[in-house]
Amino acid sequence: MNPTGPPDPPLAIADTTFASRLIVGTGKYRTNQEMVAAIRASGAEMVTVAVRRVDLDRSAEEGILHHLDPAEFLLLPNTAGCYTAADAVRYARLGRAAGLTDWVKLEVIGDERTLLPDTAATLEAAVELAADGFKVMAYTNDDLVAALRLEDAGCVAVMPLASPIGSGLGVVNPYYIREIKRRLSVPIIVDAGVGTASDACVTMEQGVDGVLMNTAIAAAEDPVGMARAMKLAVRAGRDAYLAGRMEAREIAVPSSPLGGMLG
Amino acid sequence: MTTPKAGGPSHADVSIVLNGERRRVAAGLSVAALLRSLDLHPGTVVVERNREILARDAIGATTVEDGDRIELVHFVGGG
Repeated sequence: MNPTGPPDPPLAIADTTFASRLIVGTGKYRTNQEMVAAIRASGAEMVTVAVRRVDLDRSAEEGILHHLDPAEFLLLPNTAGCYTAADAVRYARLGRAAGLTDWVKLEVIGDERTLLPDTAATLEAAVELAADGFKVMAYTNDDLVAALRLEDAGCVAVMPLASPIGSGLGVVNPYYIREIKRRLSVPIIVDAGVGTASDACVTMEQGVDGVLMNTAIAAAEDPVGMARAMKLAVRAGRDAYLAGRMEAREIAVPSSPLGGMLG
Repeated sequence: MTTPKAGGPSHADVSIVLNGERRRVAAGLSVAALLRSLDLHPGTVVVERNREILARDAIGATTVEDGDRIELVHFVGGG
């Protein structure tokens, strides 16, 4: 038992456990130094990275491995930017070769304006990657049926969005998120849409296993400060969920005794 | 060490597409030598040659062939 709060086993995904329920991205930071400082302040142990062409006209030191030590963080290569299952599988394999890890954040986009996922293509890629030995963490819509299919495909975690990538709108459909959590056995990580600490807290209060975010920290005025706030918000939301909130009612109930008032 | 030719085409050159750009490099150049010529370290770069990922221990023995499409990728920041 944890003497300072409700008991909470560490987040377990596939064969790995994580003390932190916050996973963060590494994109959009103003400098690499600020990125590393923010990630450390967030307490995250797993961080996402993208696979891109080396810019042959620039310094060889642009790669993120010059700034992030894979011994310190579990690097989770993503397939961001892919619009087909075939492209996502190609990027996943490049990511495995670059990072020497079987973990992949699978993401297949279906619409440019909303960056909403193509769940059919995501499922197709998930089947192929899981069969190839990948530990697939699949970004998906807040769609129960798509989430169930991804679990059946062998994904080690299913990651429904809170709201569109980079939107900062928070959880737009808490009921769907809760239903996905209730119905699946694999860890549910809400990925994308968190804008500020209260969003992260509300997300965790739905009972999900973790939150993945990037822009909310990287695009804050002070990313290190926001990273610290997110760490606390994720912990607070998790603890509040475990503690079990009071029933909400639309009428006041006094907190102090009605009896014993002076005559 | 063999390095890519900076000048125009010659009999000893082959034409490849490197990260989407057509380039001429010396015939017989190994992939490892190509990386060195670009000041890239094999440990931080993945080589995809004609859609096949090259194992790191194979880049020294793999020769760049005329018409090869080579992609050099690495990790960058992303969400």
